[in-house]
Amino acid sequence: MPEVLTTPITSPKLDSRIPEGPIQDKWETAQFKMKLVNPANKRKYKVIVVGSGLAGGAAAASLGELGYNVKCFTYNDSPRRAHSIAAQGGINAAKNYQNDGDSVYRLFYDTVKGGDYRAREANVYRLAQVSVNIIDQCVAQGVPFAREYGGTLANRSFGGAQVSRTFYARGQTGQQLLLGAYQALMRQVDAGTVTLFPRTEMLDVIVVDGRARGIVTRNLLTGQIDVHMADCVILGTGGYGNVFYLSTNAKNCNATAAWRAYKRGAYFANPCFTQIHPTCIPVSGEYQSKLTLMSESLRNDGRIWVPKNAGDQRRASQIPEDERDYFLERRYPAFGNLVPRDVASRAAKAVCDEGRGVGPSGLGVYLDFADSIHRLGRHKIEERYGNLFEMYESITGENPYEAPMRIFPAVHYTMGGLWVDYNLMSTVPGLFVGGEANFSDHGANRLGASALMQGLADGYFVLPYTIGNFLADHRPDKLDEHCPEALEALTNVKDITKRLISVNGKSTVDELHRHLGKVMWNKCGMARNAAGLQEAISEIRAIREEFWKDVKVVGTDGDLNHTLEKANRVADFMELGELICRDALTRAESCGGHFREEYQTPEGEAKRDDENFSFVSAWEYKGASIDPELHKEHLTFEHVKPSQRSYK
Amino acid sequence: MRLILHVWRQSGPNAPGRMVRYDAPNVDEHMSFLEMLDVVNEELIKKNEEPIHFDHDCREGICGACGFMVNGVAHGIQPRTTVCQLHMRHFKDGDEVYIEPFRAVAFPIVKDLVINRSAFDRIISAGGYISTPTGSAVDANAVLVRKENADLAMDAAACIGCGACVAACPNASASLFTGAKISHLNLLPQGRAEAGERVRGMVEAMNSEQFGNCTNIGECEAVCPKGISIENIARMNREYLSAIWSERPETGGGDGG
Amino acid sequence: MSTATLNTPSRSLLGFYSTTLGKKLVMAITGFILVGFVVGHMAGNLQVFMGREVFNRYAALLHSSAGLLWSIRIVLLASVVMHIVSAIQLALLDRKARPQAYVKWKSTKSTYASRTMYWSGPIIFVFIVYHLQHLTTGRLHPTQPFPGYHMAYENVVTGFQVVPVSLFYIFAMVLLCMHLYHGIWSMFQTLGVAHPRYTPLLRNLAVAISFAVLAGFSSVPLAVMLGFVR
Ligand SMILES: Cc1cc2nc3c(=O)[nH]c(=O)nc-3n(C[C@H](O)[C@H](O)[C@H](O)COP(=O)(O)OP(=O)(O)OC[C@H]3O[C@@H](n4cnc5c(N)ncnc54)[C@H](O)[C@@H]3O)c2cc1C
Ligand code: HEM
Ligand code: HEM
Ligand code: SF4
Ligand code: F3S
Ligand code: FES
Repeated sequence: MPEVLTTPITSPKLDSRIPEGPIQDKWETAQFKMKLVNPANKRKYKVIVVGSGLAGGAAAASLGELGYNVKCFTYNDSPRRAHSIAAQGGINAAKNYQNDGDSVYRLFYDTVKGGDYRAREANVYRLAQVSVNIIDQCVAQGVPFAREYGGTLANRSFGGAQVSRTFYARGQTGQQLLLGAYQALMRQVDAGTVTLFPRTEMLDVIVVDGRARGIVTRNLLTGQIDVHMADCVILGTGGYGNVFYLSTNAKNCNATAAWRAYKRGAYFANPCFTQIHPTCIPVSGEYQSKLTLMSESLRNDGRIWVPKNAGDQRRASQIPEDERDYFLERRYPAFGNLVPRDVASRAAKAVCDEGRGVGPSGLGVYLDFADSIHRLGRHKIEERYGNLFEMYESITGENPYEAPMRIFPAVHYTMGGLWVDYNLMSTVPGLFVGGEANFSDHGANRLGASALMQGLADGYFVLPYTIGNFLADHRPDKLDEHCPEALEALTNVKDITKRLISVNGKSTVDELHRHLGKVMWNKCGMARNAAGLQEAISEIRAIREEFWKDVKVVGTDGDLNHTLEKANRVADFMELGELICRDALTRAESCGGHFREEYQTPEGEAKRDDENFSFVSAWEYKGASIDPELHKEHLTFEHVKPSQRSYK
Repeated sequence: MRLILHVWRQSGPNAPGRMVRYDAPNVDEHMSFLEMLDVVNEELIKKNEEPIHFDHDCREGICGACGFMVNGVAHGIQPRTTVCQLHMRHFKDGDEVYIEPFRAVAFPIVKDLVINRSAFDRIISAGGYISTPTGSAVDANAVLVRKENADLAMDAAACIGCGACVAACPNASASLFTGAKISHLNLLPQGRAEAGERVRGMVEAMNSEQFGNCTNIGECEAVCPKGISIENIARMNREYLSAIWSERPETGGGDGG
Repeated sequence: MSTATLNTPSRSLLGFYSTTLGKKLVMAITGFILVGFVVGHMAGNLQVFMGREVFNRYAALLHSSAGLLWSIRIVLLASVVMHIVSAIQLALLDRKARPQAYVKWKSTKSTYASRTMYWSGPIIFVFIVYHLQHLTTGRLHPTQPFPGYHMAYENVVTGFQVVPVSLFYIFAMVLLCMHLYHGIWSMFQTLGVAHPRYTPLLRNLAVAISFAVLAGFSSVPLAVMLGFVR
């Protein structure tokens, strides 16, 4: 862009702390410059890790190994059940084992481009660099990645990538990676360096003199509310996709940890960058409780199509080839069925809007394996996707080997999250954020198989360094659990719990959550526009009021009470939803997962506005009744020059 | 369709429990079993009663959080299926459905169908890992792994830690769970260094958690949602015997601290 | 490796036995010895069909060397005792493992034999005790011609002419068959012999032996009752 334009200034409150020097050396320079903690002192430092997923689990295990005094919290009954377990497709790494021209630089390039130029180059480059160590680490831990007959590791290409850089363990990659981290964690628990707190939910952050010094938790079994103090706090608490009620996230995924941190001064970045995944099983009824993802890897061998003419009621098998529209292959000859998620999802929505959708609801497209079964033989397909096909059949009762799958886009991942600097520290000193909970590396759209990579990069290879650097500057001092800040947070949590129980209205938590979800999906989903977003904001406010007037929470706060847990989380969704819409409204451009109907090319592709929106929006909480303040981190691209993404 | 449910209700760990009869009037065949319970629970809440508590999270058959007895079978009669993936099309109008928690002294009941499976975590912490400090790893392709072994290890590693094997075993034995993890790690070259210590530690942990003994009955393998084979129990026994056999008292064996 | 497992009990022989797998090993080995005896004993018994001389000569042969005889007896006795002791210890453990039974429990795959090992076993034991009184010492049936092995053939024949006795024998043999039907395969599983290709064969082997034992042993009382052997 010409110089005359006033380049946006980064808000002084947002110091991204990107190291000097050429991008290839930034991380190494940073590592060298980092101060070290005397091994003898490490034990004296208390570190709180909230979350036992890839980010939290890996961080807790590694920090415990280093000798810090770690406490790890999770609301699951076992750390092994963190939502990371559900990841299917695989994890990227620039190993170039397939000798197909991959490299750290290419992975970096693809990720920045795939993110539609809304990510920080330095972070993404570091991610690509450590990706190779991740695979080494996981293999050494015993993660049973798929292998070739020669005994070497197998790879496949994954949504949007033209090289085979994705490592996988059948359709259960996330499970195997998480079990690796979980086992490393349990090893530390056994060694006494990490204390586990399962079925314990963090409900507030304690900030003393502007620094995160602890958290307030609720024991989900006894209802006991406690204060835990520490020298620093790490959040690896996952994404907020469940604000839409229906998503591919696990039922208990929630934004409470991030949201309560936001209310304590951590800025929330790019909340409107939510990812819709193209290949999910369509909704079957009102009672639907969640949506099931069919791994993106299916797009490698499956062809996506709908009937050419609207309202074609025939069964798939009866529709002749020339009456089928393989719309992705038609619109994007170069990438075909492998275009990035946001592109594929919108294309599917478009054909359904034209009335060409399939299935009872008309909200679905075919994912057809007939050709590849014909080409490769059934057993090859079975070997690649066996368990996914099983899952599909057990849910729909249809056999994908015979009839094509029906799929439809669904909320899947949230690129947005708490704002962090290069060291993964939020705007609250001492509060670090890793994994899906932070906003960092995926810009406006995440490429397939990159979240597992990021979660483990943060947990194994970034946080252990940056935490040490932070602690080296702060003596392990006496922590007072009864300091006014701690007590204030404690009473705050108790009040919320009491309030939720005392409302005793008529609507169930799920009813209200579903209502919120519908508004979010219809007005802030795959396509958004100013008018819709304004409506959404006022509707959400109304639902929120209704929630606090009419929610029904049965049972007590003195024992296991799922209704209360849910209410607590939905209460925060009711507020987060509004911020998402507000962010979507201010971002008057289309980029990645954020598609504003007002801003599109004649062919209906997303139209970015780099002149005015090449920044990270970071929202600062100002108080219950006051609008949040928007801060901007200006993004500069020295290596990957922004261009209109084209997958044609 | 309409179903009659008989559900185990127990308000707390020490409270007495009993079977309670519920009516599920309009069940859709496309619902999952848990969605069917969701609907029942919504009604209960509206009637100001506490909903039926059951653990669940992913609802995709992978996290292992869900699990209870459906008509006397762990996760229900549908093979290789967790209860969250069990769909109502497998039931017919008028069916009576008995729903009970997994029962074992090592899995104390928390509330209704919710149980405490932390014993599994303690078994893992007694050796269910490979000791590789972060950053110490060699290149991933430096050690080749026979595809057969990699596949067998993956078969065993697919365990989701749901506890159905214990629930179904007449002896409440955790042999399938423990055998699966031992197989997964001991089958891989990376896991051999600690193989002996691992199997010994985990078997002893399994015993001290008061799980029963395996008499090779095989119910576990039949209900296991991931189809883990009792071949893994034999492998555990073999690994254990050879660990005892090759025991050298003076050396501490592989040390992973 | 883990602090919990350093100096683990299983480093001493006693400690090894203290684990369930230790006890299972004892059961397998003793079980194996017992099976060996049973098969051999059955073969011996079938000589009944070769007439009086042959059988009594065989019985005499068995007793020709007191040393050998007693060493065998001691091994058998020790095996049965160890087998039973560990069985009882494990049984108690298993009871403790599930104090509260299911309101409803359904078998999906397991065999009846496998679920009733704790029943078939003891009944077999009762049989053995009776059997020794019946044919080794003869104390229970004074009507029988004795003394001991010199008239083993006569003892067997007159013994089995009492129908209820024969029926009890056959009943015991059915249980023994069940016990071995699961036991022998289980033994291999316990010893860690598991192989995708060979395990099915072992299963069949177990079935073959158990039914051979049933047929072989039962044939004697049957033959006597039906008057083939007199
Ligand atoms: C169905 C599905 C498939 C996917 N497939 C892929 C894939 O193939 N490749 C890929 O790269 N990515 C994939 N992803 C994305 C990826 O799995 C996630 O982004 C990633 O695992 C997030 O890991 P995490 O550690 O950040 O958070 P999580 O794994 O979600 O862990 C969150 C942790 O925080 C804890 N927690 C949260 N809030 C609190 C609180 N208030 N108090 C206490 N504890 C709390 C939870 O208990 C949990 O332990 C997939 C996602 C889904 C939903
Ligand atoms: C006398 C009382 C007996 C009892 C209480 C008893 C009980 C048992 C039990 C509980 C098992 C365990 C099954 C398993 O773990 O798989 C078993 C196994 C076995 N029993 Fe017995 N049994 C008895 C007598 C016998 C006799 C007389 C024989 C042989 C003739 C025998 C042969 C076996 C064999 C071969 C096994 C398999 C060993 C194993 O599974 O490891 N048992 N017995
Ligand atoms: C119909 C079946 C059987 C017949 C006809 C039979 C016959 C006999 C006879 C005749 C003897 C006395 C031999 C002698 O004193 O010289 C004997 C001894 C014995 N039998 Fe059997 N038997 C039968 C089944 C069994 C079974 C099933 C078992 C064990 C499970 C068994 C265990 C023994 C033992 C332990 C002895 C004592 C051996 C000794 O003298 O030390 N028998 N049997
Ligand atoms: S072995 Fe099977 S049944 Fe047992 S815990 Fe693992 S997955 Fe569940
Ligand atoms: S059912 Fe139980 S007895 Fe063994 S084989 Fe399975 S654990
Ligand atoms: S809820 Fe995760 S396995 Fe059933």
